[in-house]
Amino acid sequence: MTRATEEPLRLPIRRDTDLTVVRQHVRSAAQRLGFGLVQQTKVVTAASELARNTLLHGGGGEAEIRVLHGESGPGLSVSFVDSGPGIPDVGMALTDGYSTAGGLGMGLSGSKRLVQDFAIDSSAEQGTRVTITAWSDPFAARRGVR
Amino acid sequence: MTGTSPIPVIDLGGLLLISVRGELEDDEAVVLQTDVTDAVARTGSRGLIIDISALDVVDSFLARVLAEVALASRLLAARTVLVGMRPAVAITLVELGLALEGMTTARTVVDAAAGFGVTLTAADAAEQGSP
Repeated sequence: MTRATEEPLRLPIRRDTDLTVVRQHVRSAAQRLGFGLVQQTKVVTAASELARNTLLHGGGGEAEIRVLHGESGPGLSVSFVDSGPGIPDVGMALTDGYSTAGGLGMGLSGSKRLVQDFAIDSSAEQGTRVTITAWSDPFAARRGVR
Repeated sequence: MTGTSPIPVIDLGGLLLISVRGELEDDEAVVLQTDVTDAVARTGSRGLIIDISALDVVDSFLARVLAEVALASRLLAARTVLVGMRPAVAITLVELGLALEGMTTARTVVDAAAGFGVTLTAADAAEQGSP
């Protein structure tokens, strides 16, 4: 049984300096929850990729950081929410090397590999919400705990 | 020191050293790219050493900037050596799918300089603000 406790921490993503703020908050939350250094680095990197997508593709939005309490220990869920044009083809967008903004095309597909859970909800009407979840013990799911 | 980027480009005499001291914002990374490429051309350096030991995150944007600096420098006849990547950053970049092609790596600035036949002491490197 996984539950989130307090209200999420909401951070604006309006300009590129906001990306630094998002990275710092995700890093300090992961540290506080006892994430190992590699696990911290992965979740901060994924957050950086997705926050930049929110800015470049979604026209800005916000990040929501939530602390989770799983059976195997604490976790972190971060959502990136925009009210932009949506992703027309999510499957295509998740392909390595696919880019519409002149990047390397590794942001979305690569971030997915850095975390334990990755969900995209996108439509032209509602915009896009990408949620990543990382756990302090990333291998617990493999052992059947959680 | 050159340019307007917050990151100094140090001329070691035929070799340029850039020490990225902390987290880079996107526009600073782009300014750095221009500054470094200009400095390579102006000084006619044959080597470029980029020290990223202070960075605890390298995402695909910064990786692209570093790769483009290396490619542009190669066109200007300078070879790029990336120094001091932290292990957690290396693991993350590989998983992200970024190989940072077009540049070699070295453990320390002293090792990187030695690869160009330039002898730096650890004290020289420390003076330039690098390990």
